[in-house]
Amino acid sequence: MASRGKLISIIGDEETCVGFLMGGIGEMNKERQPNFKVVDKDTPVSEIEETFKTFVKRSDIAIILINQNVAEMIRHEIDKHTSSIPAVLEIPSKDAPYDPSKDSILKRAKGMFGGSD
Amino acid sequence: MSGRDRIAIFPSRMALTTMKARLKGAQKGHSLLKKKADALQMRFRSILKKIVDTKELMGEVMKDAAFSLTEAKFVTGEFKQEVLQKVTKAQCKVRDRKDNVAGVNIPIFELYQDGKDANEHIGLGRGGQKLTSMKQYYSKAIELLVNLASLQTSFIVLDEAIKITNRRVNAIEHVIIPKLERTIAYINSELDEREREEFFRLKKIQEKKKQARERHEANIADLKAKGVISDNVPNMLEDEHDQDLLF
Repeated sequence: MASRGKLISIIGDEETCVGFLMGGIGEMNKERQPNFKVVDKDTPVSEIEETFKTFVKRSDIAIILINQNVAEMIRHEIDKHTSSIPAVLEIPSKDAPYDPSKDSILKRAKGMFGGSD
Repeated sequence: MSGRDRIAIFPSRMALTTMKARLKGAQKGHSLLKKKADALQMRFRSILKKIVDTKELMGEVMKDAAFSLTEAKFVTGEFKQEVLQKVTKAQCKVRDRKDNVAGVNIPIFELYQDGKDANEHIGLGRGGQKLTSMKQYYSKAIELLVNLASLQTSFIVLDEAIKITNRRVNAIEHVIIPKLERTIAYINSELDEREREEFFRLKKIQEKKKQARERHEANIADLKAKGVISDNVPNMLEDEHDQDLLF
């Protein structure tokens, strides 16, 4: 398992997904399930949650990229995910600038620095 | 006092030796664990710094990438659906490698290319150059993100490891070592107590013996005075009056 390559998955808006797919990380597995999820403004939160949970459970995924505004919607799910693999990374989306203070990891990091930065 | 939290053991010299050995072991373990915690903490700090820096950098890179995507869209026209539909096999994959810091395994992701570009025909008509530059931007972003992911994973793993190590250090420092010390103190006090008892007992015996001797001497003196026994005990060798035995 360790020698086999693992995937990077994306949950995010169309632009982000397309961009990263162009970068070459998209994959359809045998069950025709993609490793990305396009979220638009009509996508219900429950669906995003479901997708996130499936990605976390899949053993062939090592990194989950998620748009920060999408992450905000399922913040409780992300905070619940504490194990190291897969790593959940929050990335800025096109129309929402990156806000470090909302990031789960940076929040923890800040707490440890004790406001030194 | 002695009924406080300590190891249930019979107070003997052997137990004392064992306890002392265990205390030494605990102290050694404590100092080793403390060193481990320090090493982890050091690594942790440097990773934390890197994470913060990389996150800032990521903001920039993502902005550039998004801008190049918009540019490409402007030149090429609509290609999103095509990209979304044509996904088959991943070309960028990650491998995980283990790094070892003070006995803690830290996963590190490595990006590698595998297979050919699935989207090479997009933009064949027009805007190919913009698309290529956009692909490069996004590859760079992916590289950075994979890097960031390894940092973040290390962060989580180290955080957990540091917590566990600190818990152990504290447990040894505040529970195990005091317990052993209390046990040793208890054994020592019991042994001292027993020694005092022994001393007292010996004194008592001496006293009794002295009394017995005095009684015995008094008895003998009394008998001497009565003439039952005398000091001049007949000596067989010097006996002159004894008749020879003739057979």
